[in-house]
Amino acid sequence: MAVLQLILLLGIAPLVSGVIKTLKARLQIRRGPGILQPYRDLHKLFHKGMVLPDSASWIFTATPFVVFAATLIAGLMLPMMSAEAPLGLFGGMLAIVYLLGLGRFFLALGGLDTGSSFGGLGASREMTIAALAEPAMMMAIFTVGIGANSTSLSEVARTAIGNNLAFLAPAQMLAFVALFLVLIAETGRIPVDNPATHLELTMIHEAMILEYSGPYLGLIEWGSSIKQLLLMTLLINSFLPFGLHREWSVGGTLLSLFYLLIKLLLLSCTIVLTETANAKMRLFRVPEMLAVAFTLGALGLISTFLF
Amino acid sequence: MPGAVFWFAAGLAAYLLGALAGLACWRRPADARRIACGLALAGSLLLAVSAAAALAGGKAVTWTLPVGLTLFPWTVRLDPLSAFFALTLALLAIAVSIYSIGYLKEMEGKRNIGILTFFYNLLLLSLALVFTAANAFFFLIAWELMSITAFCLVTFEHEKPEARRAAELFLVMSHAGTGLLLAGLLILGASGGGADLARFDFARFHLLASTLSPFDQGFVFLLFFVGFGVKAGIVPLHIWLPDAHPVAPSNISALMSGIVIKSGIYGMARVFFDFYGPPPLWMGTLVLAVGVVTALVGVLCALMEHDIKRLLAYHSIENIGIILMGFGAALMFRALDHAALAAMALVAALFHTMNHAIFKGLLFLAAGSVVQATKTRNMEAMGGLVRRMPATAFFFLIGAVAISGLPPLNGFVSEWLTYQALLAGFGTTESLTRVMFPLAGSLLALTAALAATCFVKAFGIPFLALPRSEAAANAGESNQAMQVGMGLLAAACFVLGLGATWIFPMFDPITRNAFGVDISSTMVAASGFALRGGSPHAGTVSTFGIALTFAALVAAAVFLIGRRMQHATRATGPSWDCGLPGLTADNEYTAAAFSKPLRMIFAAFYRPSQEIQPQYDVSPYYPSSIHFESEVEPIFERHIYDPLSHWIFGLARRMRAIQAGSIHAYLAYIFVTLVLMLLFGVRS
Repeated sequence: MAVLQLILLLGIAPLVSGVIKTLKARLQIRRGPGILQPYRDLHKLFHKGMVLPDSASWIFTATPFVVFAATLIAGLMLPMMSAEAPLGLFGGMLAIVYLLGLGRFFLALGGLDTGSSFGGLGASREMTIAALAEPAMMMAIFTVGIGANSTSLSEVARTAIGNNLAFLAPAQMLAFVALFLVLIAETGRIPVDNPATHLELTMIHEAMILEYSGPYLGLIEWGSSIKQLLLMTLLINSFLPFGLHREWSVGGTLLSLFYLLIKLLLLSCTIVLTETANAKMRLFRVPEMLAVAFTLGALGLISTFLF
Repeated sequence: MPGAVFWFAAGLAAYLLGALAGLACWRRPADARRIACGLALAGSLLLAVSAAAALAGGKAVTWTLPVGLTLFPWTVRLDPLSAFFALTLALLAIAVSIYSIGYLKEMEGKRNIGILTFFYNLLLLSLALVFTAANAFFFLIAWELMSITAFCLVTFEHEKPEARRAAELFLVMSHAGTGLLLAGLLILGASGGGADLARFDFARFHLLASTLSPFDQGFVFLLFFVGFGVKAGIVPLHIWLPDAHPVAPSNISALMSGIVIKSGIYGMARVFFDFYGPPPLWMGTLVLAVGVVTALVGVLCALMEHDIKRLLAYHSIENIGIILMGFGAALMFRALDHAALAAMALVAALFHTMNHAIFKGLLFLAAGSVVQATKTRNMEAMGGLVRRMPATAFFFLIGAVAISGLPPLNGFVSEWLTYQALLAGFGTTESLTRVMFPLAGSLLALTAALAATCFVKAFGIPFLALPRSEAAANAGESNQAMQVGMGLLAAACFVLGLGATWIFPMFDPITRNAFGVDISSTMVAASGFALRGGSPHAGTVSTFGIALTFAALVAAAVFLIGRRMQHATRATGPSWDCGLPGLTADNEYTAAAFSKPLRMIFAAFYRPSQEIQPQYDVSPYYPSSIHFESEVEPIFERHIYDPLSHWIFGLARRMRAIQAGSIHAYLAYIFVTLVLMLLFGVRS
């Protein structure tokens, strides 16, 4: 089942990116590239040669592999097709957060390794924003974890399945919003970062990977879309696990998958609406947004005293 | 088969011989280096054997040093807690001693290596005694010996004014702390009446504190917390640490940051979990809060530091904070009567203590290699070292990943345990105090993420991209002994990280002594493959599993990409530099620029000030050079210590009035004092 989930992660992550891109284009009355464009992009990247910056070292070469592998392992710790996560034994929420941190650590080093200002600029901003997003994320995780009395995502999902209206509790709703804001920041979406821009001064994530090309860029892009899928699924299956089956079975898994895809679509719509309705913030307004997320998480925890 | 005591005595003897050898080889630096460091290595190996034996035995073993003092017996006791700290010391000292053999070569003919190795061995000796001393007097003797040898080592390069200033501050702070410890130990020892010196045995202090009145209990607790806190570097008592650690030679810095500050942690563990019974709740709350503040202030200061060794020193403060969070949580759980949780929090703190000794030692040794090769501590003047010093760069990277708490290395395991303890804490009480736990948890997350940011800077700026100075461009790899020393510690990061579950039972005797529970049986899950946080449904983690999967996935990706690349071109070219002719080191992001966003976001804490002076030749649009200066305010010095020292000097000036220099006045003072003392004696 680990292999199955691996294939699923690799397979539908580009699709989710494509759906978001297309929906966004449609909402802005553009035609958009079509939902299969990310697959074509990846195909193209993996068939191209590459140019490495001459100032770079082995860190630059190792980064795509570390990012890709760390993100995939984190993805395998996630309950996706049933409440049982394939690699749940190896880690839960905390391990996922830190594995994503490992990927980010190396991405930032890869950015610095190029020697150009852009790499450093992207690395500095990405690390700063991620650092500020972390307390909000941990607060939300604590809120969820306290409900289930565990940091194991399978336990969290099972607790949530047992009580389908639990998400209406103020603590859960506040934590959900907090985690959604963190998702926006972590996946580099508007209003924090614009994944479509290569305008020099506003790039964050794109600035770090500016020098990557060919298969290495492909690995990083693939990793990024897996990370996005992972965070979306985390949000969905921790708070809204309707239709997720407790145990593994062929029928149950297919049904769980069906519900997951629908919920992913709905969440994509939410992200697209947020992206379209907001303008990109100035960099130094981002801390305020993350402070809001942290406060919401904290309020959620405190609200457990009241309800 | 000789027992732990035999190996311990042999270890002490080796250290002592090493110190004497250092003195004997005063004029033969090469011999001093090889013999004295070799003996230090032998002593550390023996100490490791002894500590491991004592820990495996699980029972306290005692031995009185034959020095002939019956009134103050020099007794050592290797109980599990002492043995654990001795083991940490020994592991670090083995690597540092090997490193020193190579590191000191550079100093031959320039500095007195004999005296350095003398103090080096003496420092190790005194640390071994501090961790094992079995009574208050012997402990204080060892403690003072440690402080004074550390002082001598900090001031080793005494021609530098900064070293002298740092050493002076260190000595003052350290003695203020010792004064508090002395008071605490005397109050504890004197409780219950009588004046028998045997009562200062630590075994008698066990749970003694509970017999004091609540007020005295709190007072003594604060005396110890502040007294040991000075040595450990808790905020706001930390100001000596970032000055003192970097100015010493780098092998000494590794010991200072790796293990000397842990003497404060050892003292706290001894007092909090051995002398004291179940404490009132406020004690744990205080320690937890101080831990959070210490961790956050440490990492925030480190972010603004561009001196590679000062940066590492600030990170020691941060990690002391993380350790204190574990201690605080353990104290709170004990107050709330949750022995198993208390044990888990204590294990988290102790494991982090050992981990920090390993990776901070590694980072300081690697930084020492870099400083030796580039002759500067300023990161802005390094760059590109990964090509010139590949081994050092690799070891520094391992240390950086470990200290940032990233899986699968050892820093991650102990931080994970701390999170588990904090998470479980929320359910232990109904009172508002429980908000402390998630709050501490999220601030720990902030600290860890900021630490990762800081180490992207600390690795990226000196090691990656292009060299920023002539010295960095000409730097060469360090010699073999230094590489072996660093390699051992890097390997230890992997062993402690991946093998955490197999190392775990080591903590059982300690928690059994402190709280009467074993936790390895409940915490090691899946037949030794994963670690489980406390309760049966709590989260699990397996660093070993993560590492295996990681290796498999990377291998698969490398294989696939490698096959693709057989048919594709692979070229190198210059990085994009906006079309300017040729990328130079001037285009690179600097450490100051890297940390600028955080400097602006946390401006309320840093209170940064900056000065930019462009100079123009012809047109006001094209500056020929720009002078940039940026400074952050040393907030604790300016708002706490400056007023305090001002006040003390003012008081001293006023005291001068009674110091007239007249012998008659002095006789009068003595007489008045005597009368007052007599009256006081008669009254009571």
